[in-house]
Amino acid sequence: MDITKMTALALGKKIRQKEISVREAVLASQEKIKEQEESLHCYITLNTEAALLQADKVQKLIDNKSLTGPLAGVPVAIKDNICTKDILTTCASKILSNFIPPYSAEAYINLERQGAILLGKTNMDEFAMGSTTETSAFGITKNPHDTSRVPGGSSGGSCAAVAADECFYALGSDTGGSIRQPSSFCGVTGIKPTYGTVSRYGLVAYGSSLDQIGPIAKDVTDCAVILEAISSYDPKDSTSVKRDSYDFTAGLVNDVKGLKIGLPKDYFGEGLDSQVSESILAAAKELEAKGAILEEFDLGLVDYAIPAYYTIASAEASSNLARFDGVKYGYRTEDADELHHMYKKSRSEGFGPEVKRRIMLGSFVLSSGYYDAYYLKALRTKALIKQAFDKAFDRYDIILGPAAPTTAPKFGELVSDPIKMYLSDIYTISTNLAGLPGISVPCGKDHEGLPIGVQMLAKCFDEKTLIRAAYTYEQTRERV
Amino acid sequence: MANIISDETIDYVGILAKLELSDEEKEQAKKDMGNMLDYIDKLNELNTDGVEPMSHVFPVNNCFREDVVTNGDDRDAMLQNAPDMKAGSYKVPRTVN
Repeated sequence: MDITKMTALALGKKIRQKEISVREAVLASQEKIKEQEESLHCYITLNTEAALLQADKVQKLIDNKSLTGPLAGVPVAIKDNICTKDILTTCASKILSNFIPPYSAEAYINLERQGAILLGKTNMDEFAMGSTTETSAFGITKNPHDTSRVPGGSSGGSCAAVAADECFYALGSDTGGSIRQPSSFCGVTGIKPTYGTVSRYGLVAYGSSLDQIGPIAKDVTDCAVILEAISSYDPKDSTSVKRDSYDFTAGLVNDVKGLKIGLPKDYFGEGLDSQVSESILAAAKELEAKGAILEEFDLGLVDYAIPAYYTIASAEASSNLARFDGVKYGYRTEDADELHHMYKKSRSEGFGPEVKRRIMLGSFVLSSGYYDAYYLKALRTKALIKQAFDKAFDRYDIILGPAAPTTAPKFGELVSDPIKMYLSDIYTISTNLAGLPGISVPCGKDHEGLPIGVQMLAKCFDEKTLIRAAYTYEQTRERV
Repeated sequence: MANIISDETIDYVGILAKLELSDEEKEQAKKDMGNMLDYIDKLNELNTDGVEPMSHVFPVNNCFREDVVTNGDDRDAMLQNAPDMKAGSYKVPRTVN
């Protein structure tokens, strides 16, 4: 039996039943990593020896019944913008190439409490700015379904690692689709929770009002369990929300009778690949056959989401990334004889082109004279987009559409043209502007065997319905 | 209308962003920023009169707490990441003449 093909929950069960030891599970993952990493490059840093020590420690706690949860002893991969104490955390940037955090992100601490074993830190677009994982300073990650294609991004390493069985599950982050789009390209399941559900403490900030950490796994059940594990109210994150319920696994119900599902016509128009479209509509029909009520509607404002997003995200990035100055941590230029020169040179040498592009744009839209015309205009647009979703959710429990307009493109196709790259996030980006929870679930493959993901969205704090719809759909299709 | 970014604008934004661009990078940045602004100008089609700018989707207020120290003395751990240090402090190049 190939252990690495199991879901996180199936493995957790075998570990609790003493059929597989934690060490065996870790070694199996490490063997898989050794076989494939040279070709795929899902990881930036491997935690090889420490993972085995951790495995033995966790095994004891499972044996003496201190750890009894579903994820105890299950190996995990963490995106490299989530701080892990004493383990290199680079954000795939030269400017953080030597940064060893003295603390861990709250989401990761929550997983540690459940007995997770860290296999390593996964590759990503630099500072999560990108849609293909090609902007990483440490090389590209290849899509396990076709190594001539990108895994998507920015959580490309996490999604590829799950797809290639190089971990049992992973954490990613989603600012404009960075969990859902690569999940679609890699044929795995990923959730972006309602803003404020998972603490951002220890997540290196990109667009703070949009960033959320979420699970990437092999099925909906794993995702629900992982989301439950990582979510918490955290006073250390001032935007953390104290929710009434964190009982996401209660949504694992195979029933959508009477559920109202809206299909936004704007998500099925020009730019959408016909095979993707067919596959998404077939998924919707499956839910209809299970008793859901489908209806097409006009969501509106879809064309305005990307320009609003890039204005807001770049503005926040220009402010958030001001902290990288070569003084307290990270890269410092070797030749600078004066402080301001040192700041400028360290940043110019440390950041890659896409990051610089967004910092420049962000600085511009926030600068005096342009702030109202660009930044405030984008925030007003965001308010309108939120209203459009509120209106839609007055009528529907779920909004269903594609996670991405195409299947995974070849290397170089998107990254060479910024606006083309930004358009690959057209169906995911407005979700972040409105704070909504969303999921991407595999729903088929195109003629070339490349995975397609169906995206479902629910209203804020209604992950339970989101998970119910996704789980019910998943039960109708074969395991992928 | 196409946005033309002048040399002065790029230099000014470079100062705000604390980035030093090569001549080649500057030319590219002028082009990229112009294209992005052309794209962002699409927002002007929308009538947003009377719409309040929304910075957060939920009403986020300042989160106050008592000023109580909860973390320990992590100075040495923090300094481990310093590019340069001296006597328990960060060391930087000359700041005044």
